[in-house]
Parts: sequence; structure tokens; C-alpha cells
Amino acid sequence: MIEKTSPVVGLRTTAAAAPAGHLDIADVAKSFGSQPVLKGVNLSVLKGGTTAIVGPSGSGKTTLLRLIAGFEHPDAGRIDVNGSTVAGADQWVPAHKRQVGYVAQDGALFPHLSVGQNVAFGLEGARRDGGRRAEKTRVAELLEMVSLDPSMAKRRPHQLSGGQQQRVALARALAREPELMLLDEPFSALDAGLRVATRRAVASVLKEAGITTILVTHDQSEALSFADQVAIMRGGRLVQVGNPFVVYTRPVDRPTAEFLGDAVILDAWMEGSLATCALGGIPVRRPPVQGRVQLMLRPEQIRIAADGPISGVVLQTDYFGPETMVRIRLADNPTLAGRTGANGLRHTAGGEVITIRHWNASIAKPGTELFLRVVGEGVAFPPED
Amino acid sequence: MTTDLSAPRSPGGTTTAGKGKRPRPPFGVSAISLIAVLIALFALLPLGYVVYMTITTGWDTAVGLIFRPRVGELLLNTILLIVFTVPLCLVLGVGGAWLVERTKLRGHRVWAVVLAAPLAIPAFVNSYAWVSAVPSLAGLFSGVLIATLSYFPLVYIPAAATLGRLDPAIEQSAASLGLGPWAVFFRVVLPQLRVALSGGALLVSLHLLAEYGAFAMIRFDTFTTAIMVQFQSTFNGSAGNMLASVLVLFCLILLLAEVRSRGTARYARIGSGAQAKAMRLDLGWYQMPGQLFLAALSTLAVGIPLWSVLRWVAAGGTEVWDAAEFVPALLQSLGYGAAGALATIVVGFPMAYLAVRHPSWFSKTLELSNYITSSMPGIVVGLAFVTIGLRVVPGTYQTAGMVIAAYVLLFLPRALVNIRAGLSQAPKELDEAAQALGKSPLTAFVKVTLRLTAPAAAGGAALVFLAIINELTATLLLSPNGTSTLATEFWSKSSEIDYVGAAPYALLMIVLSAPMTYLLFQQSKRVAGQ
Repeated sequence: MIEKTSPVVGLRTTAAAAPAGHLDIADVAKSFGSQPVLKGVNLSVLKGGTTAIVGPSGSGKTTLLRLIAGFEHPDAGRIDVNGSTVAGADQWVPAHKRQVGYVAQDGALFPHLSVGQNVAFGLEGARRDGGRRAEKTRVAELLEMVSLDPSMAKRRPHQLSGGQQQRVALARALAREPELMLLDEPFSALDAGLRVATRRAVASVLKEAGITTILVTHDQSEALSFADQVAIMRGGRLVQVGNPFVVYTRPVDRPTAEFLGDAVILDAWMEGSLATCALGGIPVRRPPVQGRVQLMLRPEQIRIAADGPISGVVLQTDYFGPETMVRIRLADNPTLAGRTGANGLRHTAGGEVITIRHWNASIAKPGTELFLRVVGEGVAFPPED
Repeated sequence: MTTDLSAPRSPGGTTTAGKGKRPRPPFGVSAISLIAVLIALFALLPLGYVVYMTITTGWDTAVGLIFRPRVGELLLNTILLIVFTVPLCLVLGVGGAWLVERTKLRGHRVWAVVLAAPLAIPAFVNSYAWVSAVPSLAGLFSGVLIATLSYFPLVYIPAAATLGRLDPAIEQSAASLGLGPWAVFFRVVLPQLRVALSGGALLVSLHLLAEYGAFAMIRFDTFTTAIMVQFQSTFNGSAGNMLASVLVLFCLILLLAEVRSRGTARYARIGSGAQAKAMRLDLGWYQMPGQLFLAALSTLAVGIPLWSVLRWVAAGGTEVWDAAEFVPALLQSLGYGAAGALATIVVGFPMAYLAVRHPSWFSKTLELSNYITSSMPGIVVGLAFVTIGLRVVPGTYQTAGMVIAAYVLLFLPRALVNIRAGLSQAPKELDEAAQALGKSPLTAFVKVTLRLTAPAAAGGAALVFLAIINELTATLLLSPNGTSTLATEFWSKSSEIDYVGAAPYALLMIVLSAPMTYLLFQQSKRVAGQ
């Protein structure tokens, strides 16, 4: 496995010349009018894998999905499925001839058809020979697959709850046994509890069927929990692709770090593989630069411990039930103050305010002095200025 | 696993794919655009005709024909008619709508339908009914009386639809800010009706400008009746054409005024969540006066015309029902109605499709052209087609095809409103879902979009049908010799003061219109989201 932690040195070394994945996207660009939406996207998805494309709204993730589905033409670049090009310089396979399942944000169930007719919509023609009875059994089978009662086939889409509609949409997309399933924010219209349950159900159905899946979402926790490969999109580019653990713990840059979760960012001084900051010396794997850096830690890496080497004063707390957000002003660190870097800039440390999480609300009253300890490695980014 | 950081900088020369090769536009859009442009150009024919005629008439002749006492007289008549009728319609329409929608009026469900019923009686039938009952009716105030009774539902229907949909929370907020019921009505409710009222007022004004039969019957001269007289005497003279120019100018000014008064404000409800049902005000001691007001209004607007028509039908006995005469008229009316409705839907679909699925300055321009055409009175459309039929495309004058073309122009906007509403019920995501399920774009379009739009299109067709049954002016100008529709037959009989002979045709028109009017009423509620 090759990993890159910096876009500067991280030019693609895994050459696009050997597309090994089930789905390969190479240098795809797309503009709407004069507005570029995708600016050269490369992505490879393994057979049977689940990939989440995550990014803020307007980053182009839905456009990418629509290109894969065949609803839009790319301006440049190539899309291969199973090694054969479906969209490229002069090749084009229309949406209905791609073996691709698609579940839209609101399910897009046909309002004029019953649930059963919706599910059977894609079966017609292809499987007519089996007759009405075979179709009915297949519909029941598909509904059961997405944990819906087959008796629901007679209902109308508007009689279903949001979560049920999404499951019907999935059953409908599964009916044609697609090789590739595209999910366009299918859970975002559901409320919190239902969202988790539906996501889990959908993930297990797709995993069992061994269908290569691509999920588009703006919700990072959804992306991290759903997929075995997460691609972060920003401004029409994929800025990082990797497994959920890697992208969360070792994001390529500060915006990615902050997008994927809460981050504590501190000024630090990098020497070798040790970053010195207000929280003491933190190990960093493969730092991109030496000297002044920004150090990123996840709040859960900073623990409150009676024997911790760093002290700080609680400024404010927000109680959330299972945990409390604690804002802490770090004490001045005399061992760091006054150090001057090679570039002559004075390095400051201490006095910074960080936010961490803690389970025990009672120990963190404003004004209390706390001792902290950092667990694990940090990630260093080049300074912003 | 490939951990692939797609670098921002793609190495030079790797963009092998399609530089300068435009991706194909979405399915069939260019073809649809072409059709839509042709339709829009066709729709602008009447306006183009008027402009062309004004230019070719020459400046001096035009000035001579426009600035003369007769035109001044017509102008005064028309302005007075609008000035008296429109406010009356607004007061009756809003008053009725408020009583029906927002008070604990007994029987408000029945009253809601009764107040829309005058639309089922064509204005010229209404006029006939009044004149035959009160022969001394003539002049401005008779015109105002008949026009108000015929057209106040044009204000009532949108006002009622909007009133029933207003969020009661807004009014409750106003009350909690210290406003009394009257202050709430004038400061909160009425402003929210602005769009409905300015649209209704425009419709009433345009009807006043376009109506021929109702005013001819009571010998009240407006531009339209004067143009018709000119047409009958000189056929296609420049005097008539110049009157048409002034009329068209009048219509355009009204359109502009409506755009200005409507403003850019939107009165959509902000925020999500289910909306509470509107509260109804307890009328208390005003229950009786409210009932009396509505009873009086509907007696004048529906009761008297119906009574009058039925009286003449009864007076005629069985011999006026001459099957050899009225059956062909009925069949021709139905035929023209069906053909015109179908043609209008077919023509309207591409325009609506562009407007809903591919909104752009282009589709907006197309819609504007339709909007302008919608203000053209039947007489102007008729004159334009007469000229084209005689000079540009010889042999088309007085053909059924030309009559239907005129109907399409006149009633396209009604169909468009419906088809648009239907198309927005069929979002393009559904089309795409069908394509992702293996249906070709054409199959997906037919099985999903067309299927989902069908009910709304049928509703639009019904409205166009209703309008064609009751159309008189353009039909008189354009229909082939020997054509008799219910409207033209009614007109020729009642013009000869054969009130008895005209009565069966009046009754048939009312009977045919009644279900369509009910449909229109239901639909206005649905469009408003009830």
C-alpha cells in the first residue's frame, strides 16, 4: 500500500495506465456553462467494495455520480466499468444500457405505480418470459431482501414512511442485479434515528449481494461508517482517497482534517519526527516540512489525566449527555517560550484555547485546573502563511 | 487498495479526451427548442400583424384614423367600463371569497361553488338574458352591470384559493402584535392577496376589452364592437386596423400595469412543517346579512340569466328544438372544441417542457411571447388570420384549420398553466430513475413523464374546450361559410331578436360549460395546495 500525506509530494504514483478496479475514473472534467464543477477526477473502486464520496455541498460529488450513472456527459476524461469504457472521447453508453443501479436522494419512486409495480419496473421486458407469477415472486423476494413485508407491494409510495421509500427504491434498483450501485445521499432526508438504521440495513444488503457501491454524502460520519474507501471531494477535485481510518487520522490538509471531524490545531515546531507545541512533544509520522508547522490532533487524543504533564484551565463547558465539550486554555509552557526557529521567527506556544471531549461533566467546572495527556501521533501541515 | 491522491495538476497532454468536442445536449432538447421557437413566432403573429398594418398604413393616414372623435369616444367608453367594473369585481370577488373561506358562514361549501357558477354562463348569453328580461337596458351602466356579474368569479376564484391557503400563524402573529380583526384583514390578509388580485383584475380588464357579444347586445360601443362593425362594412379596412392597433396598445399597457402592481414579491410560506387549517371568524349577527348578500349576488349573476333562458325555452315549447338545426350546431361545437383542445395541448407541451425542464432566458422569452399573445383579444387574432389567409397563405381563409389555429393562439396560455403544473409533478429524477432501470430515454419519457402529466393535460384540455364552446368573436370572423356552432347560431338568432329561437342554444352552452366550470373551480383549489 502506498500512502501519501501531502499533495505536494503526492503526485499519483499509482499510474492510471493499469486500471485494476471495477470502476475506473480517469481525469474526468465537467463544466456547467462557464462554471467548472469537476476539474480532473481520478478514482478507482474495487469489485465488491464500498466507496463513499464525501464533501461539502457544491463540491461536485453528485455530478460525479451522475456521470457514472450516465445522466451527464463528461467534458473530458474517461469512465471505465469492468475494463470497458462507458464514457470517453468517442465512446458513450447511455444510462439505460449501463448495468448500474441508482438510488436518488428522495427515492424517486414513481407516484403513479404501486410499490410492487415500482420494484417490477426494471424487470419488464428482461424477465417477461417468466410471466406474471415469476415477477410477483421476484418482487416479494426483493422486498424481503430490504426487510420489507411483501404485503407492502400493494401500497402506494405516499403511504410509506421515508425510510420505507428508500428501501423500496433500493429494491427497485436491485431488481436488475446491477454490478454497480450508486447512492445519492439516500439517507439525508431521513431523521437521525431512522438514518442510522436504514444505512445499516442498506449496507448489509449490498455487502451480502457483493455489489460494488458508491455512496455520495455530505455527512462525514456516514461516509466513515459506511464505506471501506472514503474519497474526499473539495472544489471539483478528490483531495484524498483512502480507508476511513487513514483519512480520519492522517488527513492530507487542514480543510480535510476539519471536514472529517473536530480537530485541535496548534502551532508547533517540527524537528525530526517530533513536534513540540503547547501540549508538549508529539510524534509525527513522515512530517512534510521541518520547522514551523501546524499540528493537528483529534480531540479524543487529548485525555484528562491526574498525572498528565500539561496543565490548563477550564473556560467553558457544553453538556451533551454522554459527553461534555470542554474548552480549555493551556498554560504557558516555559520550556517552549523564547525558542527561535532557523528562519528567525520566534515560536510561540502556550496560552492557546482548545476544545476536547470528556465523559465526566462534574470534573470540568469553569475555572478548574486540569492535567492533560496526549495519546498517539499528530499530523503536521505546513504553516498557512 | 489503491490510495490515489488525484493531484490537482494533471500532467500535460493527458487530456486526450474530447477537447473541442461538445457533449451532446440532453435528449431531444434542440428539436423541442426549435418547435417551441416556431410556436412562439406563430404566437406573435397577431402582434406582428398589428405592427405591420400600422406601419404600412402610413403615418398621416394612421394619425388621421387614430386621432378622431370616434376613437376618443370609444376610448372613454372603454376606460369608464374598466374603471367601474374592475373595482366592483374586486370588491365582490374578495368579499365573497372571504365570506366563503374565512367565516363560519352557514353552507359555505355550497356558496363556494355557487359563486364560481357565473363562469358557466358566457357573457353574451348573460347579456341576452338580461336584455330579453329588461329590454330598456343599454349603455355604460348596463355594460358595467352585466360585465361585473359575468366576470367577478375571475377575481373570486384566485382570491378564494389564496385565502384558504394563507398560513393562519401569520394572522395570529399579527393579532399578538396588537392588531384587531379589521386591521389584520387590511394590513396582513389583503397584502397577501396582491398577486391573486392583480392577476384577477388583469383578466377582468382583458375580458372587457375583448368581449364583443355582450356589449353589442346592449348597444354599448367598445373598441371590439367598433372593429367588428368596421369589419362587417369594409371587411379589411385600415380604419378597423387602426382601431385594432389602439386596442392592442391598451392591452399591452394593462399587461405592464399588472406586472408593476404584482411586484417582485413572493408570498410563499416560509419555513417547513405542516400548516394549520385557517381559522373561521364567527359572523354572529352578521350571519343573516352575509347570507342575504350572497343570495342577492347569485340571484343576479346566476338566477336571473337561468330563469330568463328557461323562460324563453319554455315559451318556445317543443318546436324550437329543431333537431335538424341544433344537432349539427352541437356536433360542430363539440368537434371544434375537441380538435382545438387537442391541438392546444400538443402545441403547448413543448413550451411547457422547456420552461419546466430547461429554464433559461430562452424559455423565459418564449413564455413572454405567450404571455403577450394571451392578452390579444379574439377580434385582433381574427383580423390577423383574415389578412394572412387572404394575402400571405391564400386558400386558408375560412378553413377549419385556420379556426383551430386561432383557438390555439387564444387559449394556449390556459393549457400551458396546466401542463406546467403537471410537468412539475414529474421531476426529471423520475425519468432518470427509469433510465437507470434500463428504459431507453424515449420509453422512460412515455412511461413516466407523459403518464404523470396526462391528468393535468386533460384538465387543461377541458378548460380549452370550455373556452372554445363559448368563443364567438374569432369564430364569427374565421369560420367557413355554413359553419354553425352553438355560439354562432345563438348569436345569429338573438341578433334578429329571436329570443325564443336562441334559447335552446343558450341552454346547451350553459349545460356543456357547467361541469368544466366545476373542474376549473376544483383545480384552482388544488393549485393552491388544498
